[in-house]
Amino acid sequence: MSAPILSVRGLERRYGARIGCTGIGFDLWPGEVLGIVGESGSGKSTLLSCLAGHQRPEAGRVTYDGRDVLAMAETERRRLARTEWAYVHQHARDGLRMGVSAGANVGERLMATGARHYGRLRAQAIDWLDRVEIDQTRIDDRPTAFSGGMQQRLQIARNLVTGPRLVFMDEPTGGLDVSVQARLLDLLRGLVRDMGLSVIIVTHDLAVVRLLADRLMVMKSGRVVEQGLTDQVLDDPQHAYTQLLVSSVLQV
Amino acid sequence: MSDYNFAYLDEQTKRMIRRAILKALAIPGYQVPFASREMPMPYGWGTGGVQLTAACLTPDDCLKVIDQGADDTTNAVSIRKFFQRTAGVAVTQATREATLIQTRHRIPETPLTEDQVLVYQVPIPEPLRFLEPRETETRKMHELEEYGLMHVKLYEDIARHGQIATSYAYPVKVEGRYVMDPSPIPKFDNPKLSDCPAIQLFGAGREQRIYALPPYTQVVSLDFDDYPFEASKPDHDCDLCGASDSYLDEVITDDRGGRMFVCSDTDFCAGRVRAGHAGRLAGRNKGAAA
Amino acid sequence: MISVENLSKSFTLHNQGGTVIPVMAGASLHVGPGECVGLVGQSGAGKSTLMRMIQGNYLAGAGSIRIAGTELVGAEPRAVTRLRRETLGHVSQFLRVLPRVPAVDVVAEPLRALGTPEAEARARAECLLWRLNIPRRLWSLSPTTFSGGEQQRVNIARGFVHPFPCLLLDEPTASLDALNREVVLTLIEEAKARGAAILGIFHDAPARDRVCDRLVDVTACTPGRAA
Repeated sequence: MSAPILSVRGLERRYGARIGCTGIGFDLWPGEVLGIVGESGSGKSTLLSCLAGHQRPEAGRVTYDGRDVLAMAETERRRLARTEWAYVHQHARDGLRMGVSAGANVGERLMATGARHYGRLRAQAIDWLDRVEIDQTRIDDRPTAFSGGMQQRLQIARNLVTGPRLVFMDEPTGGLDVSVQARLLDLLRGLVRDMGLSVIIVTHDLAVVRLLADRLMVMKSGRVVEQGLTDQVLDDPQHAYTQLLVSSVLQV
Repeated sequence: MSDYNFAYLDEQTKRMIRRAILKALAIPGYQVPFASREMPMPYGWGTGGVQLTAACLTPDDCLKVIDQGADDTTNAVSIRKFFQRTAGVAVTQATREATLIQTRHRIPETPLTEDQVLVYQVPIPEPLRFLEPRETETRKMHELEEYGLMHVKLYEDIARHGQIATSYAYPVKVEGRYVMDPSPIPKFDNPKLSDCPAIQLFGAGREQRIYALPPYTQVVSLDFDDYPFEASKPDHDCDLCGASDSYLDEVITDDRGGRMFVCSDTDFCAGRVRAGHAGRLAGRNKGAAA
Repeated sequence: MISVENLSKSFTLHNQGGTVIPVMAGASLHVGPGECVGLVGQSGAGKSTLMRMIQGNYLAGAGSIRIAGTELVGAEPRAVTRLRRETLGHVSQFLRVLPRVPAVDVVAEPLRALGTPEAEARARAECLLWRLNIPRRLWSLSPTTFSGGEQQRVNIARGFVHPFPCLLLDEPTASLDALNREVVLTLIEEAKARGAAILGIFHDAPARDRVCDRLVDVTACTPGRAA
């Protein structure tokens, strides 16, 4: 807990004259879950893809584990992306290899980092399918034969199998059954706790961040309007926009 | 002869191809782009190999052309004749006599020497294309040595067939760096790629790529620890020459289920028969071996 | 252990014409080790607001809150998280958990967050569930399906599973039968005996009289009421 795992300062991404996000700065500490909330177009997904290196920001600094991410060679960044980082896409199809079996999808990151034992790859794939509640008899089926929810669960298994340190998630529970959402949130909480996982999760679902995030950033029009402890931001919002956001949630 | 440049291609083109060859030899397994020319034969008939051969031939060379191991098939015969007419070089069917061998889908059984060049015709040079159709992405993967995907392909093989079912164009890693498609040779031939005294050049005309293995390059076939690579062949001896260590073709001999196995390398087989070796059907099928 | 000085707080309702509602001014209190202090005052006087500020759930406007030497007002979220994990236990009236997580894991979670091995954390959680008379067959079920009283006891077990040096209790005996009320009061007395500083809201007057050493009336620091 001596140093932040990810440090962001003065980050800005523009699309021509339009602002994607600007003036972003925060520290993420090991084992911490940071939620980013805001409505569509608030810049939260832009911010996430800048952090993960999918887009290049115009200004600012991103430091991971003491290393300047934006100055990093692509080789190094991509190596990070398949070992210490993970990225869970909103649409499972973007994060899965649809042409190969579920087992191969789970095993790919392992094989990319040198796993060369078929039997052990298979055992790990079965273990992870089980953890995300996919029947192990489906291991040789392609994701195209899966429901949307199963695809998303497979994507999460595929990402977490290498035990990454930093996980980026873009609306990960968007397409899931409520019951599966809960199981996944529980799984993620367990991983965060047991593996010291750090997570940045972008969502518009305040219930998800309340259960998962230690800390919250509220974004509007590309800027962070409020940040703080999750339950404090949700229960005692200071900014007008956050108050509106919290009061707009339908109560069940 | 005087109507053509030597070996058909103009000198500028040969210079361009030789540059690509030198680069390919300097970076074993790396696919070098080149400006593939229109050749007087359709794509898929070995235009890549023919351009390599044209760029390498000298008047003193002795050329052998094989197609699936045989010297006497249409493709082999027409390419051989093409260079007889455009370069006037000597030709042979004997592996030992040739200085340059152009091949489609086989490596000769007779061990090659330092004095020889083996030119492969390649239909699809990119081993990663099966799983990643984007050329920009596969190039990036080669650049960054991101080869996990290659094992995904082998994993799928085992998951589907209980073993690595890829039997030709079996992917290899060159000198611990580039993953390479050895062209559609049977995986039986893969071990011959490694530590080979001859220069091996690979040409893909339609895809405009040249790659190469300099002499004595280490070439390893990809596999899993618990599913190791095996250079398999039909579990038979050659019915003509009795060889137990050569790659065999299965030949259907009648419409009542009769069949025979014969060496796919016709020069190798004929040489053994001349030396007095005999297989199971040697007496009855003497005509076929000649 | 828990020290509050001159604390004030107001809500600004940006979406209702920027109305500012002052809810607390000049609140001060101190809870020492082994001491239990009860907050009293009419409904709406600000007992819960004060508790929430001490817990870090509401942002303080001005003043100081020190928990075991750590200043909470203006603290980094990370500091508050660590304080809650290690020092400051909290039993709320409402159980907010993930559906489908078994009760025993819900109770063990504060220990797991501190790095206690799973087996030991579960054993201690089971011990508390047993003391609080939660039937064994419910331990592996999610508390979301439990009755109000059972949920309340799961909450209490969660608050007491780790020996927090400071404890905030919001109506810990509400909706409990006599038997379980007795268990909870005993737990509070045990916590006091080991030196915990406890701040609580008890509507249950006999319970309050039994465990509280002092009472603090928050009406005195409710703007517009005290004056």
